[in-house]
This record gives sequence, C-alpha cells and structure tokens, in this order.
Amino acid sequence: MDPATLTLSAMAQQLHAGSLQPTTLVDACLARVAARDERLHCMTQVFADEARVRARALEADTPGGPLWGIPWVAKDILATRLGRTTCGSRMLEHFRSPYDATVVQRLEEAGAILLGKSNMDEFGMGSSTENSAFGDSRNPWDPERVPGGSSGGSAAAVAADYCGFALGTDTGGSIRQPAAFCGVVGLKPTYGRVSRYGQVAFASSLDQIGPITKCVEDAALVLQAVAGHDPRDSTSLREAVPQWGTELESVPAAPAAVRVGVPRNFVQHGVEAAVRADFAHVLDTLRAAGASIVDVEIPHARYAIAAYYIIATAEASSNLARYDGVRYTRREDASDLGELYARTRTLGFGREVKRRILLGTFVLSSGYYDAYYLRAQKVRTLLRGDFDAAFAKCDILAMPTSPTPPFRLGERTQDPLQMYLSDVFTVPANLAGLPAASIPTAVVDGLPLGVQIYAPALEESRLLHAAAWLQGLLGFERLTHRGRA
Amino acid sequence: MRYEAVIGLEVHAQLLTQSKIFCACSTRFGAAANTQTCPVCTGMPGVLPVLNEMAVEYAVRMGMATACTIRQRSRFARKNYFYPDLPKGYQISQFEEPLCTQGHLTIETQAGERTVRIERIHLEEDAGKTLHDQDPDSSLVDLNRTGTPLIEIVSEPDLRDPLEAHAYLAKLKQILVYLEICDGNMEEGSLRCDANVSLRPVGESRLGTKTEIKNLNSFKGVEAALRHEIERQAALLDGGERVVQETRLWDAQRGETRVMRSKEEAHDYRYFPEPDLLPLVLDAAWLERVRAALPELPDAKRERFQVQYSLGRYDAHVLTGTQALADYYESAVAAGGEPKRIANWVQTELQGLLNARGIGIEASPISAASLSELVRLIEADRISGKMAKEVFAEMQRSGEAPGSIVERRGMQQISDRTALLPVVQQILAANPGAVEKYRDGKTKLLGFFVGQAMKATRGRANPQELEQLLRESLDSS
Repeated sequence: MDPATLTLSAMAQQLHAGSLQPTTLVDACLARVAARDERLHCMTQVFADEARVRARALEADTPGGPLWGIPWVAKDILATRLGRTTCGSRMLEHFRSPYDATVVQRLEEAGAILLGKSNMDEFGMGSSTENSAFGDSRNPWDPERVPGGSSGGSAAAVAADYCGFALGTDTGGSIRQPAAFCGVVGLKPTYGRVSRYGQVAFASSLDQIGPITKCVEDAALVLQAVAGHDPRDSTSLREAVPQWGTELESVPAAPAAVRVGVPRNFVQHGVEAAVRADFAHVLDTLRAAGASIVDVEIPHARYAIAAYYIIATAEASSNLARYDGVRYTRREDASDLGELYARTRTLGFGREVKRRILLGTFVLSSGYYDAYYLRAQKVRTLLRGDFDAAFAKCDILAMPTSPTPPFRLGERTQDPLQMYLSDVFTVPANLAGLPAASIPTAVVDGLPLGVQIYAPALEESRLLHAAAWLQGLLGFERLTHRGRA
Repeated sequence: MRYEAVIGLEVHAQLLTQSKIFCACSTRFGAAANTQTCPVCTGMPGVLPVLNEMAVEYAVRMGMATACTIRQRSRFARKNYFYPDLPKGYQISQFEEPLCTQGHLTIETQAGERTVRIERIHLEEDAGKTLHDQDPDSSLVDLNRTGTPLIEIVSEPDLRDPLEAHAYLAKLKQILVYLEICDGNMEEGSLRCDANVSLRPVGESRLGTKTEIKNLNSFKGVEAALRHEIERQAALLDGGERVVQETRLWDAQRGETRVMRSKEEAHDYRYFPEPDLLPLVLDAAWLERVRAALPELPDAKRERFQVQYSLGRYDAHVLTGTQALADYYESAVAAGGEPKRIANWVQTELQGLLNARGIGIEASPISAASLSELVRLIEADRISGKMAKEVFAEMQRSGEAPGSIVERRGMQQISDRTALLPVVQQILAANPGAVEKYRDGKTKLLGFFVGQAMKATRGRANPQELEQLLRESLDSS
C-alpha cells in the first residue's frame, strides 16, 4: 500500500513500529505531488531536496512524538524561512520571510517535515482558490471544480495524499469550507488557541490557524502540537492545552445523551437540495445513535455575513497597508511617492484584494465608522450572546459547512456577492471566536459533502469527541479513501 | 483691533526605556542605520506587537505627575496613513480610550501662577526617519527609531501667549526629566512640539479658526513660530481676511510658517481599535506601587525648600530646576553651612562656572561637600568672602579641597587684633598726609587705609576687624 494514502495516525504507527521510514514516506508523498500537481496545482512550492535531507536526519535519530517524520504542507500565508511566503499574491511573489511562524517552529520541533507550501486565494480572500495570482487550484474529486478556499491548496493537498496533514487559516471559513469541498477534516480552533505570530494577517480579530487532516484523530494530534500560549502573540490564550490526541483514543462508542442544537431558521434558506438532504441524513443518523436534536435560535446570524464583510475588510485595509513598494514587496517604477504607492498596489494586488481594501477603507472613513464598523462590532457582541443562549440548551451545534457542493471553476467569479454567501454557515464561528470543525459526510454525484460542528469557546475537546463519534457513525473514513483512490 | 491668542500644545516625548514599545530592539540613539531593527519593528508580514510594560509605567508616571485620571482600562488604536518611514502603514497609538485624561500643571507667568489643563496623555510608537540628503537620486529610510515609545501630551487651549507656551513646555520638560522618563532634548528630537493657534478679539469667548504649526524643534522655535503665526493671523484679520484652517510648517531658517496641507488635504486616519493587542488593564495595586515610587516633583520640592531652608520663592525655584541641582544643593546643606549662603554660592559662583564650561551640575568639578566646606570656612571667619572666591577659583582648577588650599597657601584670615595692630600702625605711620586729612573730616579715606592694609596682608585681614581697628586708631589720637 502506498504509505502516502495513510492517515497521519497510521503513518505515525508505522514510523514508530519501524515498518516505515521517514525517507520512504517523504518519497511516496513527493511521488504523489509529482504525479498529480501539474493537474491539481495545489502547491506554490515543493521543498523536495530539503524534505529528503530532513527525513534522513530524522532517520538517524530515534522516533519522537506522533508528528515525528510526518510530511506536511503549509498554507503559503504562514511565514517560513524556507522558500518564499507569497500569500498567493504577485505582491509577495519573491518575498523571503526572515523568520518562521510559531506554528512552523512548533511543528519543526515536533519532528514534522515541511514538504512545501500550498496555493490559496490571495491573502486569504476568497472561497475557491481562484483568486491566487499563481493560478487556480483544482478539486481532486473533480478537477473541473474548485477545492474551496481560501485554504483550497491545503485541503486539496490532503485529499490528494500529498502529505500527512496540512495547516490552513480560517478567517470566515477558509479551513472548513475547502475541507468540506475536498472531503477531509478541517478544524478552526477557538480564537487565541493557536498563535497567529507568523500568519500573514488578513483580519486580525478573526484569523485562526488550524489543521486540515484525513480524519478527526489526526486533527487532534496536529492541534495539540500547535496550540498553546505564545508570548509573541498577545491575543493567544493562556489556557492549558488538553491532551486531545490521547483523549480521542477512548471515545465512547455511544456517548450518553448528546444534545445537538440545530439553528433551523438559519439553515433553511439558500441551501441546495443535495446539501439539505445530506444534512437531514446526518441528523437522522445522530438521532438513531441516541442524540437528541434540539431546535435553537441564532437570531443575529442573519447579519453575520454583513458584519463579517465590514470587520474583515476594515482590518484587511489596514493590515495590507504595509505592501507599499518601499521594503520587501515588488516595487513599480514611479516618479514620485504617490505614484509609487498607486502603481505598486494597483499592479501588485489582484481584483478581489483591491475590492476588499476599498470596502474596508470606506467603512473606516470618518463619518462612516459608527454606521458600519461600530455597528458590525455590536452584531458581534449580540451574536456571542446568541451562541451563549443556544449552548445553554445543547452541547454542540450542527449545520452544513457550505450551502452548496463544490462548484465549477469560473461559476462564481463574476458575482462576488454570491461568492461571499458561500461563507454563511462558517463566518458566525469567526465572529464569535468559537471552535468549529467540518467533517465529511457523504459523496453525492461524485462530490464530497461536509457537516459542521460548533462548540463553545475552549471546548475543542467536546468538538473533537463529537466529531470522532459522528465520523464513526457515518463511516466516512472508508468513504473518503474510496473517493481518493 | 486687539486680539487674544488661544494656544494649545501637542508634545511628544520619547520614553527612556531600554527597548522599543512593541519588540525587544534597543532604543539607543545614534547606531548605524537599520541595525536596531527586527521583523516586528520593520513590519514584516505576519508579525505581532507585544507591549513593553516599562513604557506603560513611564506613561503612568507622567499622568500621575500631572494630576491626570489614570484609566484602568485603555485601548490601543491604529492610526492609518502611508509614509515610507511608517513600515506597517499604520501607527499603533491610542485614540478613543487613552491611558491618562484630564490633568493639569501650573506654570509661572509674569502675571503669577497659572494652571494649564491637560486633555490627555497617551502611548504610541515612533516612526522611522526618512533621509532626503544622503543620496542624490533617492530618499533613504532608517527604521532604528521605529517603535521607540512615545507619550503624546495634549494640552487644552489654555495658553495665551508665546511666553506662556514656552513656560508650559519648560515645565513639561522639567517634570519629564524629574521622573527620569525622557531626556527632554528638543534638538535631538526626544521632545517634540506641535502647536494649535487661533486668535479672537479680546473679550470674545468663541474660538477663532485655528492653524496647526509643526516642526517646532527648539524652545526658541516654539516662541518664535508662535509669535510669527500670531502676527500673521492678526494681519489677516485686520485686513478683513479669514484665517484658513490648515497645517503649517515652521521654517526656522526663514523665520516663517508656510502651508503644509490644507483642511481638504488633511489625512483621514481611519482610527480603529488595534486587534493585535488586548485592552490595557491596569491593576489598582500596581498603580499604587507606581504612585508610591514617584519622586518628589518640582512644585512640591520648591515649596519644601522655601520652608525647610528659609529660601525665597525665586531661590527655591532656581534650585529645584532639576533634580540633580536640587540634590546637589541639599547634600551641600546637609554637609553643613547656612542654607541661604549655600544657595547664593550655588546660584552665582557655581552656576557661573557651569555655564562658562557648558556643563551640567552632574559634571561639576566642585563637589557639594567641597562647596559646603568653603562656606563653612567663611562662616568660621577663617577666610573672607573675597578670599573664598579665590579659593573657589583654585578649587575648580585643581579639584583640591578648600581647607587644604587655604592651608597650603597660607590664606587663613587674620582676625586677631594683636596680629593686625602692627600692620595698622605701620600704614598710618607711612601715610601721615592721609591721616591728617582723615582727621580733618575726610573720613571717606577709611577705604584707602583698608585697601593698604589688605595689600599688606595679601587680602588676609578680616575686613570687619580691620575696619574697627583702623577707626579706633585714627579716632583715638
């Protein structure tokens, strides 16, 4: 069996047993990349030589923790000393980071092997990976369809067995939606659970780094390795990191009386039939397994998309100001400073990034701040209250990850509003800072679908337990493997 | 028409922390360009700020020293604008919830003491420096200064003329230096000042249209720029024209202000709360510790000097000008000597010496102990005031202790009548004509005899004793 197709947990088992060597595994993964990436274009860079050197170095040593010797892929928004950190942008095409992101450092220390960096929507802005300056990525299930976004390259790389796991970043669903589109697991942790130091900022108050993996157990192992307070990120939480990996080894077959909340009013609208049917099937499965399904209200969820696109664009307009042609970015010829800025930013940024910078600049303008930014922040507070109230009635929330199955390339590029609406079920988690995960549910018409679980802040344990249980009920692991084969 | 000027100052003070406000880079001045930088202060993609607690403590000290309300919860905000020496494209500052609000301080004016209200004091990061004169074809940027902690101290528009503005600025500097949080050096840019100025007819309470004057980088500059701007606005108003709201730049070389940007060109800074930093929450116990550790401040020290050392207000004011001068004075007094006499010596001879050498009290060649010793020699009648000046001159040359100078050079004052009498007799004998004239009523000649006797004793005669003895000798026979 090709070791690249194994889950991270299975890879780790064989590596520790000595039946698999890091070099063999790295070669197998690189072979998958070589065979498939010309078509799928998940990667912006592959560090083949460096990965082999690292694998050999590890091999000379004794196996470490569960990530020891595991090849992984970083979304190209994570700062790495190795290679370039492009953020899918022409602006940073040649940018070499002078430092490693905290998560990269932690994975390095855990013995994981950085195999390369994955394609993405420019600066994380998009839901299809069609906004990359370096070309579209394709969905491994159907290369005519998008892998989702903005971490589309990471999700597709995991689905296509390039690696043991990938890291993505999620500002409004950018881990979960591509995970659903590619039939893999994607988890956005509680805001502050994982250090953002070294994640090129899109919207600072919403961004979170998280794992994209082949199964729930793998997500627990990766999250455990990267989570925890970082003195370099003032917004990172000081709460202790539970042993998620070990916890999942003892998931009860039928947890007692799980209450699954469903925000019915919210999930009724704009959801395609296939997704609706699949979601109903998931709820039936849960109910049959002993869970109680509870109706809950998230009254302010209807304002989430509007609030999100105000806050995210406002913060982005400021975060992206540093790409001005003065220091590390590309610089266009100009006769004066104003022209230098204008030409550099006009030519260096893609359409969607410019659209969002303009929106964000507008909503922060003097005279508009109260009407937009401040009001959006109020929505955020109200939304948090909604979730608190809902979690008083249930243990977890369930809803579709995306209102649609993976769509075709080019299908939505002309309609940015339609594209923004694909985030409807994912952005509330970012606005409220909650942990949420997408897990695969079924393959319908050859395309994977996903369901999403929300848990209260800091309740990643509950989230992972519920996800592992549901994964077992749905038997998706076999499902995805058959899909990927 | 007669106008009243309404002036408010915005003062930026660089804090003397070892490291920058959001990273561990050194704040040392004068290093080679771009050597004191890191990914954080150069705004590399993905970096995050971490607040330097010492900068917060320094800012709180200034807030407490100016009677501000210290907010236990304040926030940082981003001030967005593009400039090459602003690497992130925004400055982390404070906007809606500043650290300190509603304070005040007192200044001395010709009309007496005045209170100037302080609207706010907030923390922010400094920008880098754009150098336009280092390369013929391009401008260069040095980011060493980027991220140096600053406090911005914003006054209410309570100042009424350039002298008051000068006094206010001097008082701020004095407090900053007392608190040891800023070196107060305007020429090196560690203290910077912008001014808002408007005029209104005397008696009018509504404010006129203001202009903002930038680039006031010396105390003289502040006064000169304000004087010029007030004249310019008065001329406009007298001519029936209106003052235009704009930002003007002071050109010290030409002695004039000129337009930098109009109201229409004014930046929209698009402030919003800094999402990379949590709200700054200060613990009440910590605030109390900071307050308890505050040094005695200039006003309190001046009042204490007046009472404790029976000094006049002016003397006490001068001696408390800096912490170092006040400390010097107090250790001299502690070593012994009459406080008022020591005060005079410090303010005249010592200050004259320091000014002549262009050095501060810290570098004084004469220690407080030596000055006290000198004063005690006078008070013990061992040397005269005049001799003391000679000894002082010797002290500053050699650094030798005054007692030893007096000893070595045989400078002890001759106060003993038996020792002085032969001298007096000799002088009278040598000048019979003068003696006769004196006795005929020309008593002013006493000075002549004193001079002769001093000459004969090389200045060592005790002047009082000598005079007494001369009078007695001249009047008796």
